[in-house]
Amino acid sequence: MSEPFIHLAGVTKVYRSGKSEHLAISDATFDVMPGELVSLVGPSGCGKSTLLKILAGLHPHDGGTLRIGSSTHPFDPARDVGMVFQAPLLLKWRRILENVLLPAEILGLPAAQSRARAKELLALVGLAGAEEKYPYELSGGMQQRAAIARSLVHDPKLVLMDEPFGALDALTREKMNLELLRIWKEAGKTIVFVTHGISEAVFLGTRVVVLTAGPARMADNFPIDLPYPRTLDMKTSVPFGEYSRRIYKLLGME
Amino acid sequence: MNETIQRYALAILAHIALVLAWYLFVKLGNVPKFVMPSPAATLDALLAPNYNWWGNIAVTGTEIFAGYFLALVVGIALAMVFTWSKALEAFFMPLLVSLNMIPKVALGPLIIVWFKYGVFPNTLMAFSICVFPILLTTARGLREIEPELLDLVRSLKGSRWQLFAKIQLPGALPYIFSGMKVAAILAVAGAIVGEFLGSDKGLGYLMLQVQVTLDTPAMFMAVIMITLIGMVLYGIVLALERWLVVKDARIDA
Repeated sequence: MSEPFIHLAGVTKVYRSGKSEHLAISDATFDVMPGELVSLVGPSGCGKSTLLKILAGLHPHDGGTLRIGSSTHPFDPARDVGMVFQAPLLLKWRRILENVLLPAEILGLPAAQSRARAKELLALVGLAGAEEKYPYELSGGMQQRAAIARSLVHDPKLVLMDEPFGALDALTREKMNLELLRIWKEAGKTIVFVTHGISEAVFLGTRVVVLTAGPARMADNFPIDLPYPRTLDMKTSVPFGEYSRRIYKLLGME
Repeated sequence: MNETIQRYALAILAHIALVLAWYLFVKLGNVPKFVMPSPAATLDALLAPNYNWWGNIAVTGTEIFAGYFLALVVGIALAMVFTWSKALEAFFMPLLVSLNMIPKVALGPLIIVWFKYGVFPNTLMAFSICVFPILLTTARGLREIEPELLDLVRSLKGSRWQLFAKIQLPGALPYIFSGMKVAAILAVAGAIVGEFLGSDKGLGYLMLQVQVTLDTPAMFMAVIMITLIGMVLYGIVLALERWLVVKDARIDA
């Protein structure tokens, strides 16, 4: 058994405004192995985005232990985080290639190498030929592909995704799920994927962490034993249904 | 492409039609020259030797362009200072909104008291009237940054300067240009009002001179010249916007 890449034990987060306190996360405990794709699933307001921001180093946590990186997979918080959000958030005034290069520019990585890598990544996400286009010339799904390429350009070890397909229509979303699995296999990154889609969480994840709202707490954490590559017909299989039901139950919807 | 040519053709046609309507109105209505001169009589005013057209155009043009450029530098610089310091913004922004309410024309007599009359006080008039729209839209543009984009830069431990240079400033450009377009129109008005209030040269000064002698063609010509200066300024701003701002991001003003 190798060391986990991410280790959380009893992580809590409290928001204070004036005298009132709001418990955003209580007792988050789970491990993520290197190269895993973990789904964080839960309703809005359950603190899953907060958890992601803590992992990104944007917010401190208030209690418990959080460790990212291991002896075999060292982690540099400044350059090993890639982020994808619900909105593509591409810069309108930059062409797609220049958009993908943004993290490399911020980190001051060698330009020529980064450009070559950005082009490879655009090909990987299925946007070969769109390098010189502006964001407004691409559809929402294509913009999100570019955002995924951007999150990978500086070769981070950890990619954090906050409902990246939440704004897409259902069919595009299914397609992007398959694409993400392909990209994940090829890029070999550890991914933490936040979603409120139960079937999306099961379909993508090697593991699912379930969070419930009001009060925010961690409800469960279990591996998904479905083989990869995953195919859409697995969604109608018996084990898939059982995993989904387990999550529905935890969220009090059954 | 065809559509573009068609649009330009229509624009030119509309201007020609206006001049034609003007001509017909004067001709058919037998309108006296001192009430409304014909287009030809207006053009003739350019030949009058003692009006020093080019000199006056140069003076008014200088006031407009200098006032505008000064407003651009000061307005954008102040807006940048505000984005770097929240405290400064909180202190000065409400004050600037109040100052913006002053009718800048009302400052004219004061400016004359302080700086006598001439090119400099008129430049100040143009400046004072167009600095606010530039400052306010630039400040707004610099503030409009998506929080997640901020997260993205912070997750990479990007510096304040990188955030500004790579995201805030280019993101604010469409706003800056929308302010610049409004200001271009105001700058012309500011300079002319300044010349009306007190000056010894410039197109506004010339208008007051020929008004006394009821040389209406010359007044018409002066208005046309002022308009043309304004159009040159506006045209430069539009061209810069086309060059610097991606089509999708432009804001109409």
